[in-house]
Amino acid sequence: MTTSAIKKPLKQKGPSKRSTVLGISQAEARRETISAYLFLLPFLVVFVGFVLIPMVMCLWTSFFDSTMAREDIFVGFGNYIKMFQDEIFWKALMNTALIVVVAVPTVTAFSLWVASAIYKMKGAACSFFRCVFYLPVVTGTVAVTVVWKWMFNNYYGIVNYIAKGTGLIENNVNWLGNEKTAIWCIILILFTTSIGQPIVLYVSALGNVDASLVEAAEVDGATRLQTFWKIMWPQITPTTLYILVITTINSFQCFALIQLLTSGGPNHSTDTIMYYIYYKAFKLYEYGYGNAMGVILAIVIALFSALQFKVAGKRD
Amino acid sequence: MNSTVTGKLTPYRIISGIILAILTVFLVFPLYWIFTGSVKTAADINTPTPQWFPTNPTWANYEKLFSNPAGLWLFNTIFIAVVAMLLTCITASMAGYVLAKKRFYGKAFIFSAIICAMALPKQVILIPLLKEMSALHLHDTLWAVILPTVGWPFGVFLMKQFSEGIPNEMLEAARIDGAGEVRTFVQIILPMVKPGIGALAIFTFITAWNDYFMQLIMLTKNTSLTISLGIANLQAEMATDFGLIMAGAAVAAIPILAVFLMFQKYFTQGIAMGAVKG
Repeated sequence: MTTSAIKKPLKQKGPSKRSTVLGISQAEARRETISAYLFLLPFLVVFVGFVLIPMVMCLWTSFFDSTMAREDIFVGFGNYIKMFQDEIFWKALMNTALIVVVAVPTVTAFSLWVASAIYKMKGAACSFFRCVFYLPVVTGTVAVTVVWKWMFNNYYGIVNYIAKGTGLIENNVNWLGNEKTAIWCIILILFTTSIGQPIVLYVSALGNVDASLVEAAEVDGATRLQTFWKIMWPQITPTTLYILVITTINSFQCFALIQLLTSGGPNHSTDTIMYYIYYKAFKLYEYGYGNAMGVILAIVIALFSALQFKVAGKRD
Repeated sequence: MNSTVTGKLTPYRIISGIILAILTVFLVFPLYWIFTGSVKTAADINTPTPQWFPTNPTWANYEKLFSNPAGLWLFNTIFIAVVAMLLTCITASMAGYVLAKKRFYGKAFIFSAIICAMALPKQVILIPLLKEMSALHLHDTLWAVILPTVGWPFGVFLMKQFSEGIPNEMLEAARIDGAGEVRTFVQIILPMVKPGIGALAIFTFITAWNDYFMQLIMLTKNTSLTISLGIANLQAEMATDFGLIMAGAAVAAIPILAVFLMFQKYFTQGIAMGAVKG
């Protein structure tokens, strides 16, 4: 059993790599397997212990009514049924969808525009802008969020001061305490912390576009816009898809912003799935229910990731 | 504003320059507001008319901050980030090398487990992880945050990508010269995947530093908090003491910004390589 399983891949690679195929004995193969596992061991211990087991446990517990200091009670699909009848869950789902639908296209379009504006600049200028747009990502969600909370403050916030000064509003608006405005504030902050990575990716993708094709198009009298859509856009499509997927996943997982700014309020108008899971599991200790929602979120995100891997695989 | 290659001043260029400038101000201003806010007096902060530049700078906010155990929080955060970074680099470079260059029984299975785990959001494992950590008596210790970070498979994936670039002939040559597995790894593999390790190190450092959700669930005692958690708690307790909170935000941001600016090159390279290869 063992040898046939090992030999198969060897045979497939046979023609191209002569030296490694000929003369590998069974004993050598066994030795190689043992040494490979010794190299893998440190990683495998933490990976299995603190990632795989919890993942399996998450699925398992989602079929139980589980809380603190009491034996779990098996409820089958009870948690899942409860989820579909839970109005707040649906509201959280809609809010998450709104964030994704607004944030993803804006972030992608803006980062593409910024990247196309800066990628041709001289080295220092390009790194300067890349750096500026990456700063909010590196600074950390908590530091960025607390300063925005102050800026949006009802009485002492600079947003109200500027908005009144420029005549946009007449009286102070309680941006984060208002059901209509709160979620838009969150999307705005999410935007500032999300465009850094796509810009870096686009800058490197645009830099890799075949320059001779662009020049040929320009010689043939194509306008800037034509050159962009006909020549460059097709070549950066894989990067665009990748950016769409990671931005979608990041927006799905938006949590710290909400926990720190609004705690899901007012009146659940800023609840997202991630925040609602946190609220149910760690505030109300409904572990089973939280896990069931986690499973659903994981499935949705896994579908997006699968899409990304498929796209990435096609390019080779 | 105009530093593009061809350098002609067209209306499009002017408009794009203006938009870039506005975006830059928009992204940098919050940072400016953190740093200036942290040295303003309470009276200068709590006015409806903002003070654009601190006229009476004071260290009072920082003094107050460090009377909370902010020094300890900072130490905890640095400890988590550094240890997670070192352990991740060691385990991931070993595992990535083997997955890229060795053939052994079970390799395909392990690699697909890694890919599957990577596709799932980290946060969904937090509920079971909390129970596990409590059972292991690790809850409320820094290891409860470090271990899951090290176990996260992204690093292995990245190092596998980098290790695949090593020519097989070099490994053959080492084998013929009689180098053992460990020597081959330390003297031949590690120097060749150095850029990968650099990217992974800074990536892990920043992720671990900023992994607020994980820290929030695993750490509750005031003495085991990280700086992010500390600020979040201060904000919950003293919502309107903006000067104090900004001092906290500044203390949380400065070290990580310094690390980022120093190793920026590795980081952008890592994003471009690890990501575009998918």
